[in-house]
Amino acid sequence: MNNFLNIQSLSAKVEDKLIINNLNLNVDKGEVHAIMGPNGSGKSTLSNVLAGKDGYEITSGTINFCGEDLMSLKPNERSNRGIFLAFQYPVEIPGVTNINFIKTALDSNRKHRGLDPLKPGDFLKLIKEKSKILGIPEDRLKRQLNVGFSGGEKKRNEALQLLMLDPSLAILDETDSGLDVDAFKIVADSINSRRNNDSSMLIITHYQRLLERIEPDFVHVFINGSIIESGGPELASEIESNGYERFTDVK
Amino acid sequence: MSESQDKLSEKDFKDPYEFGFETDIESDFAPKGLNEDTVRFISNKKNEPKWLLDWRLDAYKRWLTMSEPDWSSVRYPPIDYQDSYYYSAPKDSEKLDSLDDVDPKLLETYNKLGIPLKEQEWLAGVAVDAVFDSVSVGTTFKERLKEDGVIFCSFSEAVKDYPELIKKYLGSVVPTTDNYFSTLNSAVFSDGSFVYIPPGVRCPMELSTYFRINAAGTGQFERTLVIADKDSYVSYLEGCTAPMRDEHQLHAAVVELVALEGAEIKYSTVQNWYPGDEEGRGGVYNFVTKRGDCRGDNSKISWTQVETGSAITWKYPSCILRGNNSSGEFYSIAVSNNYQQVDSGTKMIHLGNNTSSRIISKGISTGKSSNTYRGLVSIHPKSRNSRNFTQCDSLLLNDNCSANTIPYIESKNSESIVEHEATSSKISEEQLFYCQQRGLDEEEAISLIVNGFCKDVLQKLPMEFAVEAQKLLSVSLEGSVG
Repeated sequence: MNNFLNIQSLSAKVEDKLIINNLNLNVDKGEVHAIMGPNGSGKSTLSNVLAGKDGYEITSGTINFCGEDLMSLKPNERSNRGIFLAFQYPVEIPGVTNINFIKTALDSNRKHRGLDPLKPGDFLKLIKEKSKILGIPEDRLKRQLNVGFSGGEKKRNEALQLLMLDPSLAILDETDSGLDVDAFKIVADSINSRRNNDSSMLIITHYQRLLERIEPDFVHVFINGSIIESGGPELASEIESNGYERFTDVK
Repeated sequence: MSESQDKLSEKDFKDPYEFGFETDIESDFAPKGLNEDTVRFISNKKNEPKWLLDWRLDAYKRWLTMSEPDWSSVRYPPIDYQDSYYYSAPKDSEKLDSLDDVDPKLLETYNKLGIPLKEQEWLAGVAVDAVFDSVSVGTTFKERLKEDGVIFCSFSEAVKDYPELIKKYLGSVVPTTDNYFSTLNSAVFSDGSFVYIPPGVRCPMELSTYFRINAAGTGQFERTLVIADKDSYVSYLEGCTAPMRDEHQLHAAVVELVALEGAEIKYSTVQNWYPGDEEGRGGVYNFVTKRGDCRGDNSKISWTQVETGSAITWKYPSCILRGNNSSGEFYSIAVSNNYQQVDSGTKMIHLGNNTSSRIISKGISTGKSSNTYRGLVSIHPKSRNSRNFTQCDSLLLNDNCSANTIPYIESKNSESIVEHEATSSKISEEQLFYCQQRGLDEEEAISLIVNGFCKDVLQKLPMEFAVEAQKLLSVSLEGSVG
């Protein structure tokens, strides 16, 4: 067992419906795990539960993150400890500029680590650099957060926040959906390029295509709220060819 | 529902009112109650000329024939007008010649409020007139302003020193017959501020008044008159606070603005009267009449207000667009929490040709409060090519509060254009979660979202007020999501 992310016998309900069912998952530092499953299998619930969203009742099990009981922490506390969720559907916040939002978020994360807010000049340099990698035009930084952004622009902006906040655990909830072919490559490659021994990723996806660019160490097949098979990248290829039939039949 | 959500709804509404202190200071009161003698007492205290006493008495007689308006959405038990003091002054206040003579306790109060009256301490270049209960206690920077011919003084001084201007303009925008509360004010107003900007002068600094109700059981009836002569410009700021008290205090002010040809007046208010406690006990009843008259061609009047205080707010800062090409603006943020009731908006009366008006109203409700925008846009038959744009947005932070938008639109000619947009939304769990996921705690998240919601209006405030207003918004909404 590792001491990074440790999920044991986790069950969670939404309005009396069991969505996560006795889930066990270990993610170690530097590892990339992919969670693949059909629609409605509870993948997004898993990411929300990890990030601490309201509205889920944890009926059993534990989640341990870096030696702490994650469930006792509020969403912002989880964020400040290094958990980042790239949202499947990023929300619009009118009147709040993108750049100010990212600065506020970064400073909040830094504060937790005992660091002063980043100096405006240093911040600007950093965000310009990351925006450039992702092909985000500078004027989009001045726009209101996600307001009027296309689906692809929103996803790219999630990737920007990921690069800026540089979390120790990134959960990507269908980050590939909504991106056109070119944007997809840019986003996937830039995310892949930040792989290192200190940061881990949990990639939630339907498709193999993202996993071709960010090769996972482990692939988990997630059906009806639990992992029913785990393997290496070859498992993703099999799903790509044959779908989930084999796994759903087992059920 | 999850545990943390239960916690949210149980969160008690800690009273965040930081200005709730009382200053122990000897005061000079008029006898309790309201009658002709009260009016005479006030006028006599101020050594007013006979014409002004008569003006007051006319208003008082008129008031006796009027009844309290009941058309708004605010509800309150009947006000006993005989159970209040109509004049309260810190003792010896009349003798003040310089700030050095001001009671140190008073100065301490103002320092607590963040208003350094002493000029040498005031670096921001804002001239301040401070009204404590009923009297004005000191105006800073008077001499500097005089060099440009700008008059900025207490209303009482203006009556003595500039009687012609007062005679000419007092009641010329809000006549003594106007409405129940303004008529009452006309009878018993105690002090306030007076501003005159001579032709062609751009007032070299922001002018500012702070109002403070201190004495118990005291109504405050101040009167502000701002005159911008031809081609002049002035930016005027007003801030208000009061101690925490169990009983309600009545505040019925009148503000009159006159903009002559080519003149511009920018009037900003941060209203933070004591709003009452979380059970709805106490708080100021704020019945205020504010009106600006764009009397000359090409004149402009702009109202910006941030309203977070008062148990009841009843105010409709308005513009009469009399001059051709004149324009009026109303930018408002109204926050209501606990049992606060807000019925506020504006009236834009288009009389001249090519007049334009713009209304941006942001209402934020939480607790068990009610928040109504009520506005009139009236374009008269002879007001050719005039236009209005109105945008009213409401943001609700829980399910127990309410927000209403009541626009009245009268467009009496076909060449004019009136546009109205209104939205109402509830702060979403998704927005809050998104912010929290990025490391902001709940209060920071609410503050960020609300400030974003109000951005269009906050941008209109002078810099030093904008910062205060943002802070005030955050404080007013503490612990408010349920």
